[in-house]
Amino acid sequence: MKDLILNYVINEYQEDEDDEITYETPLISGGFVDSFSMVSLKVFLEKKFKINIPDDKATPEAFDSVNKIVDLVNGYTK
Amino acid sequence: MINIGSYDERIKNFSWEIAEKELEYKKGDIINIGWYCSDRICEMGKSEKIALYYEGFGDKEKSYTFNDIRLAGNTIGTFLRDQGIVAEDRVCLFMDRIPELYLSFLGVLKIGAIVQPLFSAFGDESLLVRLENAQTRAIITQRKHLSKIRKIIDRLPSLEYIIIVDHNPAKELKEKEIPFSLKNSTPVEEMEIYPTTAESPSVLHYTSGTTGQPKGVRHVHYSLISQYLTTKWVLDLQDDDIYWCTADPGWVTGTSYGIIGPWSLGITQCVLDSGFSAEAWYKFIEKYKITMWYSAPTAIRSLMKAGDEVIKRIDLKSLRHLASVGEPLNAEAVIWSEKVFGLPFLDTYWQTETGSMMITNYPGMKIKPGSMGKSFPGITGVVLDAKTYEPITEPGKVGLIAFKPGWPAMMTTYWNNEEKYKEKFVNGWYLAGDRAYLDTEGYFWFIGRDDDVINTGGHLVSPFEVESALLEHEAISESAVVAKPDEVNMEVVKAFITLKPGYEFDDDTELNIMNFIRKKLSPLAMPQEIEFMESLPKTRSGKIMRRILHAKEWGEEIGDTSTLEDD
Repeated sequence: MKDLILNYVINEYQEDEDDEITYETPLISGGFVDSFSMVSLKVFLEKKFKINIPDDKATPEAFDSVNKIVDLVNGYTK
Repeated sequence: MINIGSYDERIKNFSWEIAEKELEYKKGDIINIGWYCSDRICEMGKSEKIALYYEGFGDKEKSYTFNDIRLAGNTIGTFLRDQGIVAEDRVCLFMDRIPELYLSFLGVLKIGAIVQPLFSAFGDESLLVRLENAQTRAIITQRKHLSKIRKIIDRLPSLEYIIIVDHNPAKELKEKEIPFSLKNSTPVEEMEIYPTTAESPSVLHYTSGTTGQPKGVRHVHYSLISQYLTTKWVLDLQDDDIYWCTADPGWVTGTSYGIIGPWSLGITQCVLDSGFSAEAWYKFIEKYKITMWYSAPTAIRSLMKAGDEVIKRIDLKSLRHLASVGEPLNAEAVIWSEKVFGLPFLDTYWQTETGSMMITNYPGMKIKPGSMGKSFPGITGVVLDAKTYEPITEPGKVGLIAFKPGWPAMMTTYWNNEEKYKEKFVNGWYLAGDRAYLDTEGYFWFIGRDDDVINTGGHLVSPFEVESALLEHEAISESAVVAKPDEVNMEVVKAFITLKPGYEFDDDTELNIMNFIRKKLSPLAMPQEIEFMESLPKTRSGKIMRRILHAKEWGEEIGDTSTLEDD
């Protein structure tokens, strides 16, 4: 799951190939994913993992790194 | 002591000459915004005062004095001039909020060229239509955005120079691409400032309308007069203030009040170039002891959502004045800010075309939470009857917001589109495109837009532009785009589509369409929701009835459907 999310983030949001996005890279506060684009990331997670993330849980903080996203997704798949 | 003193007294005795005198400008003089924002401040003895504190992702921190920004403006301006850029050439700034964006703004203006700032999250299609329309000659950018420009460069014969401010020498450059490093350039101490006058064009911002392509709003150097005075009286900036405008200079707030206003007053300002996080924002205020904060309702509502606990852990006592712009500020947000910061956010109303604030709330004046406030002194703002275009005097009656033309920062035309420009004026009034009413005390109250343009997070998105881009997706047959209500952004983009034979609407298609628009236009334009329909509602003549879809989203009456195709 972790790599699937990381690869999706790299493919969809990395603009500068010199930037390195890792599991810990701050995605929202680091400017890789803006608050509007977060919606498409949420849709990706919901469709891919067949979950429903409530809007009040889809916060910039919860989406701020691949590791945090994995924690969020795990909360709805278990 | 507040700068404006008494609003009522200012109204009685107002003349734009107040600003002209303070700026030592007389009719017919040279007036160059680049010079006013840097050289003049140095001549006033503030050359060592900090002009800019910058903080970017990865703990990047920099600071620049007014002398530093003067030299940087000279250096960039001279570099552009050496390339052959001349007065009135359009130079696009396509960068994140890095220092070079702010410094290039001054450099371009100093040589009399026109600054065309564009939001760096724009996709290649959004970039193309704006560069094509302006016949832009040079673009200053970062290497991270180069791929978007490379995609469209063949379709832009006017674009001769692609200037990269952070070039990596290990990477190969293509035709027209030129590296430029401010850090490695010899600072230019003296340069000949181009003698722009009041009517010389300065900034070209693009804005979206209901139909047609985005329009280039052309401003002139004389705009400085009202940008200076509104900054002084509404934002109340004083010499020892530390100011933070959260807007991106890709949009008009980021230039009128994120560069010109504060720097023409010699004020220290801060820039945070990172994504949104409530804690990071509050810590930024604490770290730089920000005193005046100009933000947007979407950001304020996001901070409200983040809760009050985080505020208790951070020292925000430096704040003394707050204001907001971009979309109407709801009463709850004003009440919340008074509760948590001890200060209300003062709503300000204006738009790309007006160039400076038009209707606002003022320090020292009674605030009515949820109201837009009153017209700025020198601005004649009214609500017009939608049929007669005569001012409505009856309180509470809704009409069109309009202004008597003639304030300094008013646009002078839409670039290459004089016809659309003329359409903005009726019966001697400039029509803002919004609806409001006046109360018994003369306060304006916002009702909504008078067209289909979507205001998402304070940015205007054209449904036409998104619909056109959707039709370029291989699976889509027809599209209609409307605003959908949203708790944080006020409105977001919603798309209704029909598919071509052989395609099915499934999870992958939806996500694929979203990402297609995000990359092609911008994240703002990306539909936050896509609804598949067997057919779209149309008139008998085949025109898609967007109105019906809009009413459905907002729970409104559908109204007259007599022309509906399948009625």
